Amino acid sequence: MNIIVCVKQVPDTMDVKIDPVTKNLIREGIEGVINPFDKNAIEEAVKIKDEYGGKVTAISMGPPQFKESLKEALAMGVDEAILISDRAFAGADTLATSYVLAEAIKKIGNYDLIFCGKHAVDADTGQVGPEIAERLGIPQITFVKSLKLENDAVVAERLLEDAVEKVTVKLPAVITTTKELNEPRYPSPIKIMKAARKEIPIWSASELNADPEQIGLKGSPTQVVDIFTPEKTTEVEMIQGTAEEIANTLFEKLREKKVL
Amino acid sequence: MNFELTEEQKMIRKMVREFTEKEVAPRDEEMDRTGEFPYDIMKKMAENGLFGIPYPEEYGGAGADSVCGVITIEELAKGSASVALTLDAHWLAVDAINLFGNEEQKKKYLTPALTGEKIAAFSLTEPVAGSDAAAIQATAELDGDEWVLNGTKAFVTNGDAADIYVIAVKTDKSKGVKGISTFIVEKGSPGFSIGKKEDKMGCRGSITTELILKDCRVPKENLLGKEGEGFKIAMVALDGGRMHVGAMAVGLAEAAKDIAVKYAKERYAFGQPIGNFQAVQFMIADMEMEIEATRLMVYKTATLRDKKIRYSKEAAMVKVFGSEMAMKTAKNAIQILGGYGYTRDYAPERLLRDAKLLEIGEGASEVLRMVIGSTVLRSK
Repeated sequence: MNIIVCVKQVPDTMDVKIDPVTKNLIREGIEGVINPFDKNAIEEAVKIKDEYGGKVTAISMGPPQFKESLKEALAMGVDEAILISDRAFAGADTLATSYVLAEAIKKIGNYDLIFCGKHAVDADTGQVGPEIAERLGIPQITFVKSLKLENDAVVAERLLEDAVEKVTVKLPAVITTTKELNEPRYPSPIKIMKAARKEIPIWSASELNADPEQIGLKGSPTQVVDIFTPEKTTEVEMIQGTAEEIANTLFEKLREKKVL
Repeated sequence: MNFELTEEQKMIRKMVREFTEKEVAPRDEEMDRTGEFPYDIMKKMAENGLFGIPYPEEYGGAGADSVCGVITIEELAKGSASVALTLDAHWLAVDAINLFGNEEQKKKYLTPALTGEKIAAFSLTEPVAGSDAAAIQATAELDGDEWVLNGTKAFVTNGDAADIYVIAVKTDKSKGVKGISTFIVEKGSPGFSIGKKEDKMGCRGSITTELILKDCRVPKENLLGKEGEGFKIAMVALDGGRMHVGAMAVGLAEAAKDIAVKYAKERYAFGQPIGNFQAVQFMIADMEMEIEATRLMVYKTATLRDKKIRYSKEAAMVKVFGSEMAMKTAKNAIQILGGYGYTRDYAPERLLRDAKLLEIGEGASEVLRMVIGSTVLRSK
């Protein structure tokens, strides 16, 4: 079983700040971590490898510091890690990102399963996984909460808003993972020692023979026109009355605001 | 000189930090309340390789350096001084076996200790002899192929929880420290039993007991190092232990500081957060300075250890400086929290009780100041 896991490094904070001029995320002083759902993807890939044998390769497109997350993936049990990094990739939207990742996946070749987190917690699009499947022309199962392999097929349960859908597809396939799928392991100290010393290969645009029209800003039809932190307002309204009246008023107000 | 952590040191720190935040810290209050030893946390630590981080890979360790070792203790201590203390005491015994054990002893005892399959403990102190180690009274006599141990050992951290005990006793009563030898004793050996469990003031999630040796028979081959080498073994092991106590002090004080800082920003008095007042700021400034100073001393000590340079004086210094710093930091955290700080609803009072142990165990401040002072005077 050859498995590829797509990993993204995201800022380790609940309080994302945006530079008002450049409209980019302010990354200074904020540590990068593996996107939480990608950790579920890594866990599932390593679990399958432990059971069925094979090899897990983690890939990530991003600046050189994304190596940290790839090393953590290695310390969690991934066998190989490749950083896909080139200034030419900068400014990529999901379409350009999925193009580059799909090209890298083709270059690795001979894959049975591709795992992605269901979405990244920084940009929240959830598009890259499905786009990779489209570009490779293979089936996909998104929002997976449980998964098992049966011969040359994968049977998965999808976590939908009000239902669970059970789907079977033939391998190879793309799976996007939810946090319900598993409990990601901690990196192991022994593997940390090996991962820290491992050289992570970097693939550039030329190594992928990437079409310059399809990468970076040029390959990105999505233009971010503006991005801002919504202003937080707090309005406090004191509800008066007897306990019962207060409860009723509160209930009505919450219903009006569609909280309930 | 380079103050940057290496990539592996950073990765170990991140891993232990995550483990502590999720598995250890949420349990500390309960451990303090019940006084129960957290066997389940130990199991998780074993599963995740925390028992062997700074020890050789060939015996089941991770092969990391001593800086990774102190980082491990520091991070654990942020969540629970008790759990950090358990690992510190485990590593005391591990150091003794790793540095003085023969190949068979290492295979038999070091490997399960590093994988965490078995917990280890180290025992020198007796009811009548602590700082004055030469005055210990427990004995061992050779009887055929076995050593027969007799006596009572006191304040054994990990007592009862441990399966492997490194115990120092007298094999020659006519000699002082030169008459001391150390033995590896397995729990369940004939004549070995656990005595009183201490009802401690702090670090209540770590277990401290007496050991009772009554014609306790251990195989001849369980003598660790040479006969008469026991005091040296104990002192070398305690150098490591004292360094780790310094690391515990850093972690514990960080935890106290974090609570104090959070409170100082949230608590209002006279129309503003109390952190705006210099009286509070100065306490926080002292915390920050002294924690950082201790941390640098601890990391430097670990670097000396990695370079195989003797670090007895440095270990004594971080132990004294660190433990007293942790006491002061926890005390001032209580002060910043005011009335709330004096209650069991907030952690600082627990941290103060935990910190007090650091000034006593593994060499009291007084005896360590003697070590530091005499070393300085000898060298000038």
